[in-house]
Amino acid sequence: MSEMVKKDTGTELATAERTRTGTTYTPRFDIVETDEELILYGDLPGVAPENLDVRFENDRLIVHGKVEPRHQDHEFVYGEYGIGDYYRDFQVLEEVDPDHITAELKNGVLHVHLPKSEAVKPRRIEVKPR
Amino acid sequence: MWTTRWQPFGLGNIWSEMNRLQSEMNRLFDRYGFADGGRRPAPAYPALNLWQDADNLYLEAELPGMELSDLEILVSGGNQLSLKGKREAPSVEKGAWHRQERGYGSFTRSITLPQEVDADKVEAEFQHGVLCVTLPRREGAKPRRIEVKAE
Repeated sequence: MSEMVKKDTGTELATAERTRTGTTYTPRFDIVETDEELILYGDLPGVAPENLDVRFENDRLIVHGKVEPRHQDHEFVYGEYGIGDYYRDFQVLEEVDPDHITAELKNGVLHVHLPKSEAVKPRRIEVKPR
Repeated sequence: MWTTRWQPFGLGNIWSEMNRLQSEMNRLFDRYGFADGGRRPAPAYPALNLWQDADNLYLEAELPGMELSDLEILVSGGNQLSLKGKREAPSVEKGAWHRQERGYGSFTRSITLPQEVDADKVEAEFQHGVLCVTLPRREGAKPRRIEVKAE
């Protein structure tokens, strides 16, 4: 497998153990790799920054977003999607620098930057003329 | 397709009739793309949820990564609503994509609301990637409580 980050949850519904009732969804992610870092973009609509937990432990990146229920005092008429928490975890196979991982959440999109450790960054070898 | 196999008791005719029917069905389903499961029409985007109370309809869509200013919401004819927008792909120079699950591009979706609404008083808010449009129900469309008199 050539992917640097491996997806662990393959089903629509996440299988993480839950402490809250309700459905937990697997959010969609894009993963891009540059020479310096891995960048993950995830769609987490409805998650407020204070309800998002992103952690990196044992080479795993774990994303857990809690979604506050909406329209609870309104009468449901019609629905095409469910509302619930988000959970996803990734096994990071590439060596990253855990101290410099950054994450931001904007308009429901999570951006995670995983900088590569110096040892695995591609290096240009200077060729000296003789 | 003709079956040339000999069948006793005249069963041949029934079988070829069945075959013909089946191939007719296959052709029909194939034309609309359901036979192989591969060419179903794409689900409408964005997905919508609708709630109501006595005064308003509440239409909600999950549009992560967008801004309210990127969206065009139009209410016309009392009960027609259209939602238009475009989601840009992240710009990454010189990167290798390992996974792409999120979708990008332009979208338009038009729906007929179940009730007439007051187009002048429609309000939209966008928070954490979720759009909520509050559509006030027109006076005549509001539920009215009918007094039931006891004799």
